[in-house]
Amino acid sequence: MNLTLKIWRQKDSNTKGQMVDYKVTDISEHMSFLEMMDVLNEQLIAKGEEPIAFDHDCREGICGMCSMYINGEAHGPDRGITTCQLHMRMFKDGDTITIEPFRAAAFPVIKDLVVDRTAFDRIQHAGGYISVNTSGNTQDANAIPISKEAADTAMDAATCIGCGACVATCKNSSAMLFVGAKVSQYALLPQGQVEAADRVKNMVAQMDLEGFGNCTNTGACEVECPKGISLDNIARMNRELMKASI
Amino acid sequence: MALNSKVPNGPLKDKWTDYKNKINLVNPANKRHIDVIVVGTGLAGGSASATLAELGYNVKAFAYQDSPRRAHSIAAQGGINAAKNYQGDGDSTYRLFYDTVKGGDYRSREANVYRLAEVSANIIDQCVAQGVPFARDYGGLLDNRSFGGVLVSRTFYAKGQTGQQLLLGAYSAMNRQIARGKIEMFNRHEMLDVVIVDGKARGIIARNLVTGEIERHSAHAVVIASGGYGNVYFLSTNAMGSNATAAWKIHKKGAYFANPCYTQIHPTCIPRSGDYQSKLTLMSESLRNDGRIWVPKNMEDVIAIREGKKKPTDLSEEERDYYLERRYPAFGNLVPRDVASRAAKERCDAGYGVNATGEAVYLDFADAITRYGTEQAKIQNIDNPSDAKIYELGQKIVEAKYGNLFQMYEKIVDENPYKTPMMIYPAVHYTMGGVWVDYNLMTTIPGCYCIGEANFSDHGANRLGASALMQGLADGYFVLPYTIGDYLSDDIRTGKIPTDSPEFEEAEKAVKDNIDFFVNNKGTHSVDYYHKKLGKIMWDKCGMSRNEKGLKEAMKEIKELREDFWKNVSVPGGANELNPELEKAGRVADFLELGELFAKDALDREESCGGHFREESAEESGPQKGEAKRDDENFAYVAAWEYKGEPSKAKLHKEQLEFKDIELKQRSYK
Repeated sequence: MNLTLKIWRQKDSNTKGQMVDYKVTDISEHMSFLEMMDVLNEQLIAKGEEPIAFDHDCREGICGMCSMYINGEAHGPDRGITTCQLHMRMFKDGDTITIEPFRAAAFPVIKDLVVDRTAFDRIQHAGGYISVNTSGNTQDANAIPISKEAADTAMDAATCIGCGACVATCKNSSAMLFVGAKVSQYALLPQGQVEAADRVKNMVAQMDLEGFGNCTNTGACEVECPKGISLDNIARMNRELMKASI
Repeated sequence: MALNSKVPNGPLKDKWTDYKNKINLVNPANKRHIDVIVVGTGLAGGSASATLAELGYNVKAFAYQDSPRRAHSIAAQGGINAAKNYQGDGDSTYRLFYDTVKGGDYRSREANVYRLAEVSANIIDQCVAQGVPFARDYGGLLDNRSFGGVLVSRTFYAKGQTGQQLLLGAYSAMNRQIARGKIEMFNRHEMLDVVIVDGKARGIIARNLVTGEIERHSAHAVVIASGGYGNVYFLSTNAMGSNATAAWKIHKKGAYFANPCYTQIHPTCIPRSGDYQSKLTLMSESLRNDGRIWVPKNMEDVIAIREGKKKPTDLSEEERDYYLERRYPAFGNLVPRDVASRAAKERCDAGYGVNATGEAVYLDFADAITRYGTEQAKIQNIDNPSDAKIYELGQKIVEAKYGNLFQMYEKIVDENPYKTPMMIYPAVHYTMGGVWVDYNLMTTIPGCYCIGEANFSDHGANRLGASALMQGLADGYFVLPYTIGDYLSDDIRTGKIPTDSPEFEEAEKAVKDNIDFFVNNKGTHSVDYYHKKLGKIMWDKCGMSRNEKGLKEAMKEIKELREDFWKNVSVPGGANELNPELEKAGRVADFLELGELFAKDALDREESCGGHFREESAEESGPQKGEAKRDDENFAYVAAWEYKGEPSKAKLHKEQLEFKDIELKQRSYK
């Protein structure tokens, strides 16, 4: 198939960017979206032009590195996947595809489609851990039974890949699904409950400091999340914060 | 320099404990004055960084990704082995040790493997304490599953995302130390050389991948935890950025590189669909528990299927060749990874591949679905169930076991594997070879350590499933933090290592010159052009089976390709900006050297063992005819290569392997 691509080009964080049109031809429906981008980049290199910078690494939907906003949706038109798992069979011959970076005040553009998501790391530094040293002498792994339901729900929250699709999707650029997922994982496990109050207060404070917006219950984040992280996690975080504040 | 593995004396089971009791320690007040650099933040590097920082050292950690959480350990699916014996099925430290040495085809170092098995149980305790949500049963205790070719259930797992959860555990431990200022994290940084001062590793030269700035970082010791070199094949299950640059740079400065020819080619991956293919996706080994592997018996059917005139489901049982069951009646579809991969290649080379590229075989679940469906009908008291009902019931069971994998397959291939067999083909997955290290995990450069997949020590010639995660975390949490103290105890009065010395100056200049060459060379071919060509040579001549003629050709062709690369490579963009093509150029330049050493090592090893199959070393007669033939008399050694200016001139050093607690046997799966 032949396609027209409208792609955001931006030299660096200090330079103004713009949309630029490109044409690609003979794209196979079996290609992944990023392989189509590879084809475009090889064409650009052959013509002596600079290829388009985009983040990607594992290309199997788990590292959370890829981050494009395709036709107005984070990770594009398919559901439950990241951009690297999107395949060209979702498009048809003659389509025009708009490709932008994830946009949020807290995710400044570094170049083209690459954004800086270190704000997420700083939120984790504020409390995304359990304070236990490595010793080999912690108690036996089976010393505290944990109900299957709690373990499974904690696991569902823990599958967050930190890609930032929730923030890019949210009209308020809120990071509450991301923060809620980590707060929930630990709040559901006895090992995490010891520090639960401080954790939620510190992580939420850092989230606000980074310039992420608030949650107005639109629910778009849950729809676009490649790992299906549930809105329940935001509710649980709010409950934990309330508990910690009184 | 003669190799000294520094394995302590004494009985195998007491070595590690006795050794730990006697090595030197650094007092907590002195640890604050000691800096350690860790390159890579996967399971090994992440766990090492966190633990060293907890102990009080000042850690500087480096990752090429935008966050330590993205290292490729995150993609491991199946699980992590530990000798907990929670199932009471007879597991023990010795059994885990034995299975790992045997699985590695008796080419790993006995003392290292025993230590690995010994600390495995602590890993599970540590991860649970960190909040890793392992799968549990209804009583609230940890669940286990069984994995490739062992007789006990010792694999702990978190859905199909065990690597992700363990890495996020190590990442959380790092975050706590980053918050305290004990780890200084350098994201989007790539190490481009090691700096050696007075014979010791004292720092690195790194490039800030956002600004392009070349930076000097000093430390009292340098730890390389940069993963494997599977991307030398271009196509592999590794991440796009996975590379051997850190490991190769230390090799060129004096670290021996061991057993590069030991590569794991995993049998169940989604086949290539075209020349544009950028990477390959693994389908968990667990699928072989229920799937039957086959190709058509008759060439007419192969052709009809390729032309779309027939579907695989049109073929009767008699028209199918279940070649693993035919060749290995005892193990059938559950033979080890290396055997299953070679058998698929044999059929496809003979022309029986079932897709357009001729490189695919079927993995069929129809039998399993019928079997489970019939069983369910009985359990549910359904008399005379229709075929459709049986299929419906069976599909539910298969979905519960493998649903996420079937869904992943369907997203990529656009075919429903419940209705038509999956297509699979082997792909490069893991590299057992790597930087040579002694019992302390120190390389042949004093003060330079190597941990995780990047080193060579624990998996011999073939790695068992669920052992990679175990090794990464064992090295980082429980081995390196002890052994590095013994070395650093001599450095308590050294003081900060200055970065204005001639050694730093010289290393930085070489790195800058190299980058200047790339951005100024007005070549004709892109970096990927060379990487794909290298990958094809490696796959064709250093792939699942190897012979003398092919390996000699590979060495020559790789050398020619490398020379062409240094004349005609084209790297767009500048040095002082985010430039992914420039990053790739440096990595491919190193792969173009490593690939040649790989072929040289494979040529030297005139035996077949594990993932290394030499066509000249196969059983010639008897029931094992055509199978791999190991040669313990002549090749029970680690091949450690010393860099001598050109890969072809590398000098071989042999570390003889001794097995005092294990009897060497031939592996038979007939």
